[in-house]
Amino acid sequence: MKEKGIKIIEKKCTGCGLCLKACPFGAISIINKKAIIDLEKCTLCGACKDVCKFKAIVIFKPQIVKTKNLEEYKGIWIFIEEENYKVAPVSFELLGKARELASHLNTEVVGIYLGYNLKEKIKDLFRKGADKLILIDKEELKNFIAENYANAISYLINKYKPEIFLAGATSKGRSLVSRIAVKIHTGLTADCTGLDIDKEKRLLIQTRPAFGGNIMAQIITPSFRPQMATVRHKVMKEIERGNSWGEIIEENIDESFIDKRIKFLEFIPDVSSKVNLAEANIIVSGGRGLGKKENFKLIEELASSLGAAVGASRAAVDSGWIAYSHQVGQTGRTVSPKIYIACGISGQIQHLVGMQSSKIIVAINKDPQAPIFKIANFGIVGDLFEIVPLFTKKIKEEIKK
Amino acid sequence: MKVVVCIKQVPETTEVKIDPTTNTLIREGVTSIINPFDMYAIEEAIRLKERYGAKTWVITMGPPQAEEALREALSMGIEEAIHLSDKAFAGSDTWATSLVLAKAIEKLENVDLIICGKQASDGDTAQVGPGIASHLNLPQATYVRKIQEIDMERKKIYVERLLEEGYESLEITLPALITVVKEINEPRLPSLRGKIRAKKQPIPVWKHKDLGLKEEEVGLSGSPTQVVKVFSPPPREKGKIFEGDANECVEKLVKELKKFL
Repeated sequence: MKEKGIKIIEKKCTGCGLCLKACPFGAISIINKKAIIDLEKCTLCGACKDVCKFKAIVIFKPQIVKTKNLEEYKGIWIFIEEENYKVAPVSFELLGKARELASHLNTEVVGIYLGYNLKEKIKDLFRKGADKLILIDKEELKNFIAENYANAISYLINKYKPEIFLAGATSKGRSLVSRIAVKIHTGLTADCTGLDIDKEKRLLIQTRPAFGGNIMAQIITPSFRPQMATVRHKVMKEIERGNSWGEIIEENIDESFIDKRIKFLEFIPDVSSKVNLAEANIIVSGGRGLGKKENFKLIEELASSLGAAVGASRAAVDSGWIAYSHQVGQTGRTVSPKIYIACGISGQIQHLVGMQSSKIIVAINKDPQAPIFKIANFGIVGDLFEIVPLFTKKIKEEIKK
Repeated sequence: MKVVVCIKQVPETTEVKIDPTTNTLIREGVTSIINPFDMYAIEEAIRLKERYGAKTWVITMGPPQAEEALREALSMGIEEAIHLSDKAFAGSDTWATSLVLAKAIEKLENVDLIICGKQASDGDTAQVGPGIASHLNLPQATYVRKIQEIDMERKKIYVERLLEEGYESLEITLPALITVVKEINEPRLPSLRGKIRAKKQPIPVWKHKDLGLKEEEVGLSGSPTQVVKVFSPPPREKGKIFEGDANECVEKLVKELKKFL
C-alpha cells in the first residue's frame, strides 16, 4: 500500500458536494469544484463513495491474503453463558437465531458450555436449538474468568474449526470474545442487532448500531474464520423444539489453561434490583422530573406491579437517588426491553442512545416538547405524580382480572 | 509503578443523522472531546499517582487533531503523552487498533497497569481494552468500579467489577489491564497550572515503523472486519400521545399496552 487507498477521479467529479455532507469525519472539502480528501482525517469508511452519483471516488481495498482455508470451517457455535450459575437467557436467544442461520448454511448449531456441574443444566439447550454440545466441566471453570475461558475456547476453535461464533454482548461475553478474536486472529463485531447470511459467499452479515444507534453499519469478516460477533440482549428470539436431544462431546483441559494471575475472590449480588436490567422484558425508568430521592418509590411501585426492572436517567443517578448500576444511557447501560417506560425523563440524546432500540417506548412527562415524545410509541403529557400512581393502580386492577 | 491510560478522541455528540432524501450524513459543527469513559480512566491514573506515586502516561491512536485530547489529559495531571498517528493506521478495526496500542505499551517498557474506559461513545464496542490485554498476554478486569488496593511489593491489584447481576472482586497479578466504568470516580477539571504545562509539553509522535509494525499489519489491511454499508435506522412510527384528564389518559395507555403485555 504505497498511497492511502482512496482517490478522487477528477474527470468524473462535478464538485456537487454530496460526499462532503456524507463524510462523518469532516475530511472532505470542495476546492475549485473538485472534492479534496484530507487523508489525515479520512478513515476510509466509504460513506462518500456510496453517495457519489458520478462514481468519482474509488477506494482500494487491500488484497487480504487468505491465511486460513475457509472451507474447513463448519458449524455455528454459541457461547453458553451463565448468570448466577444458570444458563443466561441471552444464550437461549442466540441458539434460536443460530438455528435460522444454520438452515441457510446447511450446518449444525453447537453450544459451547464451560463451567461446573453442567450435566444438570444442559437439557434446555437442546430444546432451545442446539444440535450438539461441547462441554468442559471443571471446578476451576465454575466462576467465569475471561482468561481461562479464552484459553479453553481458543483451543476448541483451533481443534474443531467453527464457521461462526456468537456470544451475548454482555459484560462477560464482551470481555471474553475480544480476547479470543485476538488470540486466534479473526474478525469480531460488537453488539450486533441483526444477523443475516450471504449464502453464496457463506458470509455472516453483521448489522450493528454505531454513534449510539443513530447510524447502522453492516460488517463482514471476509477472510478469517470463525466469523465472530457479540449480540445484544433481547433482540433475537428464543425457539422451542419440544423434547429433543443431541450429541454431547466432553472435552478436558489441563492446568496450563488456568491463568494463575487472576483469583476470583467473591461475588456480591445487586440487592437493590429484583429484576436484572439487561434481561428485563419491561423497564420503568425515572429521571430528573421525580424531584427527590423519596419519589423514586413511585417508579419502584409501578415496576413491581409490572414485574419490571427499575432504570434511571443520568440526572437521577448523579443526584444520588439511585445506584449507578441502574443508569440507562451513554455512560450507563444499553437496554432493549419489550416495553420501556420513561417517567420524568426529558430524553437527552445521551439517554436515548441507551434505550432507543426498545420495542415499545412509553413516555410520561409534563413537557409536551420533551424530546422523549419524538421516539415514544405512546405517551402521556401530564404530571407524573398524578399519572404514575394511577397507572400503577390500573395495572394492578388489570392483573386481578 | 508505571501506569498507561489509553484514550480516544470522539465526536462530542452521537447525534449524527442521515438525510433520508439524499442518504447522506448530516453533521454540523461537531466538536471533538475525550471519550467520556476515558475521562474516568485518566482520573483514576492521576489518583494512583497521588496515592502510590505512580508515573503516568497517556496514549492515543488517532489523526493529528487527537493531540488536543492528549493535551487535555496532560492538563488534568497525567505526566507524559505519546501520539500514535500515521496515515497507515486509518481504517483500523478493533483488532488492528488494539495491536497498535499494545505495541506502543510494549515500547514504553515495564508498564505495570493499563487503564482504558469501558468503551468509546462512537463505536461502543468495548473490544479494544480486552484486545490489548490479549495481544500482550496480560490478565484483565473489565468494568472496574473500584480499585481497592495495589500491593506493589507482591505485585497485586484488588478490584471490584460491575456485572449485570451484581459485582465481583478479583485479585490480579500485575502487569494487568483494567477498563473502568463511570462509578469509579469523578474526573477533575484541569488546573490553570496544568493547562500551561500541557500547552508547552512536547508530545512524541510514533508511526508504524516506530512500533516495529509493517504497513499491512495495521489500518484497513490489518483489519479482519470490513464495513460494507452504512445506513440510517428505520424511523420510529409516530406515537400516540395522550393529553387531558389523567384518568382517561391512563385508561387509554393501559388499553394500548395490554396488546403487548
